[in-house]
Amino acid sequence: MSNDTHNPSLRESATFDRSTMAEIRRAAETGIYDIRGFGAKRKLPHFDDLLFLGASMSRYPLEGYRETCNTSVTLGTRFAKKPIELDIPVTIAGMSFGALSANAKEALGRGASIAGTSTTTGDGGMTPEERGQSKKLVYQYLPSRYGMNPDDLRKADAIEVVLGQGAKPGGGGMLLGQKITDRVAKMRNLPKGIDQRSACRHPDWTGPDDLAIKILELREITDWQVPIYIKVGATRTYYDVKLAVKAGADVIVVDGMQGGTAATQDVFIEHVGIPTLAAIPQAVQALQEMGMHRKVQLIVSGGIRNGADVAKCMALGADAVAIGTAALVALGCNDPKWDDEFKKIGSAAGYYDDYQEGKDPAGISTQDPELMKRLDPVDAGRRLANYLRVLTLEAQTLARACGKNDLRNLEPEDLVALTVESAAMARVPLAGTSWVPGQQF
Amino acid sequence: MNTFDLTNNTVTELNHALHAQKGNVSQADWTVTNPKGSHNLAVGLDEALNVDIHGHAGYFCAGMNKTANITVHGNVGQGVAENMMSGVVRVKGDASQAAGATAHGGLLVIEGNAGARCGISMKGIDIVVKGSVGHMSCFMGQSGSLVVCGDAGDALGDSLYEVHIYIKGEVKSLGADCIEKEMRDEHLTELAALLEKAGVDEDPASFKRYGSARELYTFKVDNASAY
Repeated sequence: MSNDTHNPSLRESATFDRSTMAEIRRAAETGIYDIRGFGAKRKLPHFDDLLFLGASMSRYPLEGYRETCNTSVTLGTRFAKKPIELDIPVTIAGMSFGALSANAKEALGRGASIAGTSTTTGDGGMTPEERGQSKKLVYQYLPSRYGMNPDDLRKADAIEVVLGQGAKPGGGGMLLGQKITDRVAKMRNLPKGIDQRSACRHPDWTGPDDLAIKILELREITDWQVPIYIKVGATRTYYDVKLAVKAGADVIVVDGMQGGTAATQDVFIEHVGIPTLAAIPQAVQALQEMGMHRKVQLIVSGGIRNGADVAKCMALGADAVAIGTAALVALGCNDPKWDDEFKKIGSAAGYYDDYQEGKDPAGISTQDPELMKRLDPVDAGRRLANYLRVLTLEAQTLARACGKNDLRNLEPEDLVALTVESAAMARVPLAGTSWVPGQQF
Repeated sequence: MNTFDLTNNTVTELNHALHAQKGNVSQADWTVTNPKGSHNLAVGLDEALNVDIHGHAGYFCAGMNKTANITVHGNVGQGVAENMMSGVVRVKGDASQAAGATAHGGLLVIEGNAGARCGISMKGIDIVVKGSVGHMSCFMGQSGSLVVCGDAGDALGDSLYEVHIYIKGEVKSLGADCIEKEMRDEHLTELAALLEKAGVDEDPASFKRYGSARELYTFKVDNASAY
């Protein structure tokens, strides 16, 4: 409640707060659930609930700005003839052309290439701008197969078989008709201006045994050259990771529920999946039990914001992280300079999540040619590269403080938790104790 | 004619040999023997090759084919010609489910029957089935044509977009938003051309046409019961 209307005798319901009541009114008026973009907005156990144990006596720290801390990572060492070599362990998650403007996709490619990392296509296929600007490009193989083209498959540096997304595990997508321009419609083989449903499951295989054959098909088509990733939304992560390894994945991507999306039901974003923090130990345990940790690389995504998040993911056992929403913010998503424009469409800078409407004043989640022009792909790419460098520098700083000369040498022992919940999920001790909830001693 | 015996060679060696023709076709005609139901045969071809597979094939045979002319003298497993872009794939026997799934172009002819979800999410391919197709065929089909000379199972054309469906036999049930439509002259012409291209001797006038009612193209709450 704002101060100008504050009346101490008025008490807002915690159950029926104003956002909840507004949603009830919206539902009553429209008869359809809220579809939106962005990621989960509720407060969830997250990386802020973990702290690093910097070195003092029992550990020996490394000197910042003097002693090196390796950040490079190789992905896809299991079967691929050409694994992906990255300079930094922060990659750009799959985001579709259609959901994003061509300029935004180009900017992602530019920024990732400057920083020495990869970017990823999305629903809607590979655009020339994206391939042209991305030194390392991962081609997503999605249930919808919109724009799926074997020529593009052969141009990719890796293939990511998408089984789920952290924002909506088990759900398909919905690109509303207003964003379906001629170009988007042509790429997806659908009429212009109609709602486009992205399938929630792959149409030509069922279950992990079939997936193993599908992966072999992709390997055969690409002559076993490039790594095959499997991306899952974080839910039954322990079992999904084991099955993904069994199916033949070179790399597994686990996307936690803080992951963003272009457009899906709000109820999905907020109520399906598990937090990223909770998913990592499950994934690592599955890999370790199979003797495949570090052999099948693990990429973690879903709400990564800063170098501390990166370092914590790696300490918990990830080989790399992927960023989506944060990358868009780095490009200029929700930038305050467009606040007047956001207000004209009923939102505000920092709150805008109606990506599905195609009216993004920042020119990122839109197909409107006039709005798209607002995003300079060169400048935005530069901003993204700067942000990626900051993430890396921050992670290095923390790793050195823990005495590590390689980000992948960070380990769970370097972490403690601030809350019982986060201690249980991350499987690290509650700060100041040796107690890990749920573990037997 | 190059003969590739899968008793003595692996599927990977076969595909590698076929891929090696790209840009420099020295051997256009290939015969594959003893496939024994192997998966992923002749996938990702990208040249005007003629490949004859003598025997049964497993999953994803001729997957993502582009330009090549592939014939299977036997039955095929799941996902034959999945995501095909162009060319011709002909199956002399029966096909399992998801035949021609998500395929963008070319012609798939199945001389026997096809299982469930034939043409699922098809995106421009033409599929001609001399026999019958299983349930949920053409689910979310976007464009292209599906011709079935036999019967169709439950929920034909569910959530259809713009695929033209022609069925000669009985349709067990139609899926959401799929309706029977008038067979006009242009459709008879299109169907006749498809049958001729597929080498199937049927009278176009004996078929019925099905397509999308286009009621679900944009969400309306009044249609909620259809979902």
